[in-house]
Amino acid sequence: MALRYFLRRLLRMIPVILGMTIIVFFMIHLVPGDPARTLLGPRAPAEAVEAFNLRWGFDRPLHEQFLSFLGGLLQGNLGTSLSYNVPTTELVAGRFTPTLLLLGISGMFAMLISLPLAVVAALREERTPDHVVRVIPMVGLGLPAFWVGILLLTFVALRVDWLPVGGYGATWPDRLIAMILPGLTVAIGIAPFTIRSLRSSLIEVMEADYIATARAKGLTGVRVLWSHGLRNAVIPTVTVLGVNLGWLVGNTLIVEKVFALPGLGALMIDAVLERDFAVVQGLALIFGLLVVLVNLLADVVRASLDPRVQLT
Amino acid sequence: MTAISRPKSLRTPRGRHSYSLAIGTGLLGVTVVAAILAPWLTPYDPLAHNLESILAPPSSDHLLGTDHLGRDVWTRLLYAARLDLLIGVGAVITPFVTGTLLGAVAGYYGGRIDMAVSAATDMLFAFPYYVLIIALVFSLGPGIPSIFIAMAIVAWVSYARIVRGEVLSARGQQYVMAAKTLGYTDLRIIVRHILPNVITQPVTYAMSDIVVIIVGVVTLSYLGLGVPPPTPDWGSMIASGQSFLTTQWQLSTIPGIAVVIVGLSFSLIGDGLTHRLRPE
Repeated sequence: MALRYFLRRLLRMIPVILGMTIIVFFMIHLVPGDPARTLLGPRAPAEAVEAFNLRWGFDRPLHEQFLSFLGGLLQGNLGTSLSYNVPTTELVAGRFTPTLLLLGISGMFAMLISLPLAVVAALREERTPDHVVRVIPMVGLGLPAFWVGILLLTFVALRVDWLPVGGYGATWPDRLIAMILPGLTVAIGIAPFTIRSLRSSLIEVMEADYIATARAKGLTGVRVLWSHGLRNAVIPTVTVLGVNLGWLVGNTLIVEKVFALPGLGALMIDAVLERDFAVVQGLALIFGLLVVLVNLLADVVRASLDPRVQLT
Repeated sequence: MTAISRPKSLRTPRGRHSYSLAIGTGLLGVTVVAAILAPWLTPYDPLAHNLESILAPPSSDHLLGTDHLGRDVWTRLLYAARLDLLIGVGAVITPFVTGTLLGAVAGYYGGRIDMAVSAATDMLFAFPYYVLIIALVFSLGPGIPSIFIAMAIVAWVSYARIVRGEVLSARGQQYVMAAKTLGYTDLRIIVRHILPNVITQPVTYAMSDIVVIIVGVVTLSYLGLGVPPPTPDWGSMIASGQSFLTTQWQLSTIPGIAVVIVGLSFSLIGDGLTHRLRPE
C-alpha cells in the first residue's frame, strides 16, 4: 500500500520535473541577445565570442539546444564546467555530503529550538511568555542568515576553543563539530515558521476532546502534553517544514559560503562568481530536485505519524 | 475549570495588535525620516575616503567609527537605508499586482487558465528561493535592475496562490451570484466585487514579503551580486566588515541590526493590519 502511494507520487512528479528543467534551461537564455556576449563581457573579441558559441552550441536554434540539454540529462550528463573543464556531475559528486549533513542537523536544531518555545507559549497563551514567543518569528523573518552566521563566528567561534572558525573536518567527529554553528544558523532561519505553526496547532490540539479524556483518565500533565498533545501538534509542523523547504535549502547556500563548507551551495555561488553557466544550470536543477524529493519524504513521514492519512 | 467556556480560538484578542501597528509604524517612520534627512544628520559624504582615519573606533567625530577606507559608518548606514528601503518597497509592487491578478483570474475562471497558473506556481515554488534568485541575477548580470526583474519573476507566486484560494471560495458566495444575475461583466465582478473582499490577505502578506525582499537584496549584495560597490548598502557593508571581525566587530554587526529593525517594523505592521482588517 505504502509502496503504491510512493510510486504514484513519483509518477506525478514527472511533469513538475520536466517543467523545472524548462525553467532552468531558459533562465540562461533569458537575457535578450547573445549569451556568449553576456558571459564573456562586452569587451571580448568577436572571434572569442564565435568560438564560444560553436563550443557550447549557442549558434544552434533554441529548441535544438533544449533537446540536446534534455537528452544529456537523461544520460546523467549535466554539461561541462567552463572554469574547470570537467563534467559538472564530477564536480558535484563530492559536494552532496556536507549539504545533506547540514540540512539534517539544521532540521533537528529547528525542532529543538521550536518545541520548548512553542510549548511554553501554548501553555501560557495570551500571557507574557506567549507574547515574547510570538515576537520571535517577527524578528526572525528579518534576520539575514549570513549575518547570523557572522555573529556566531564573531561571538562564539572566535571565543570557544573547540569550535572551528569555518571549514569542514577530515574525520566524522570533526565534521559533526564543524556543523554545529552552521546548523544553528540555518535553524534560526527556519525556526520562525516552525515556532508559529507548532504554537498554534498545539493550542488547537489542547482543546480537543481527547485531551480532556486523557486528563480525566488521570494522566499526568507531562504525559498528556507529550504523548497526546505534541504527537498530534507536530504533524502540521512537518508540513510547514516541507512547504518552507525551499527557504531552508536556500539558506544553506548562503551559510555554506559564510562557514566555508565545501557543499553544493558554496559550489553554486562560486560558479556564479566565476560565470560558469553550466555548473549554475546543473546545480539549480539539483537543488530543485532535492526540494521535490524531500517534500515527498515529508509526506511519507507525515503519513506515518498520522494514522488518519490514507496512503492511496 | 468552568463547565462552559468559550473555545480559546473564538475569544476576541486583547489590544496587543493595535500596539504592534503603532510600534511598527513608529519604528519604520523613524527609519524613513532618518533616511530622508541623511544629508542633514551627518556632515560626511558616504563615498569619501579618508585614509588618515581608517578603522577608527566610535568617537564623537565618528559616531559609529569608520571602515577600512576611512568612510564614516553612520553616514553609510543612513544612505544605505535610502537605497535598501526603496528597493524593498519598490520590488514588491510588480509581483503584488501580477500575482494578485493572475490568482484572481485563475480562481474565478478555473479550467485551463487555473491549471496553467497553478502549474507555473508549483514549478517555481519547487526551487529554493535563493537558488532561483541567484541563478536569475546570474543570467541578468549583477545590479539593481536585475534584482527588480528577479523579484518580479519569483515573488508573484505566493500572491497568486493566496488570492486564488480566496477567490475560489468567494466565487460561490451570494454577493458574487447577485452580481452575476445583474449581468455585470466578469472584469467588473472581479475588480469591483471580489478583489475588495479578498485583498486583505495579499496586503498583509506583502508586509512580510518586503522583509523577505530586503533580506534577499542584502544577501545578494553580501555575495557581490547585488548593489555594486561603492554605493552604500547594508549587505556590502557587512561583507567588507567581515575581514575585521577580530578587531572591529561592530563593522559587520551594526548594518545587520539596521536590517533587523526594518524587518521587525514591517512584520509588526503586517501583524497589526491582519487583525485590524479582519472582518468581525
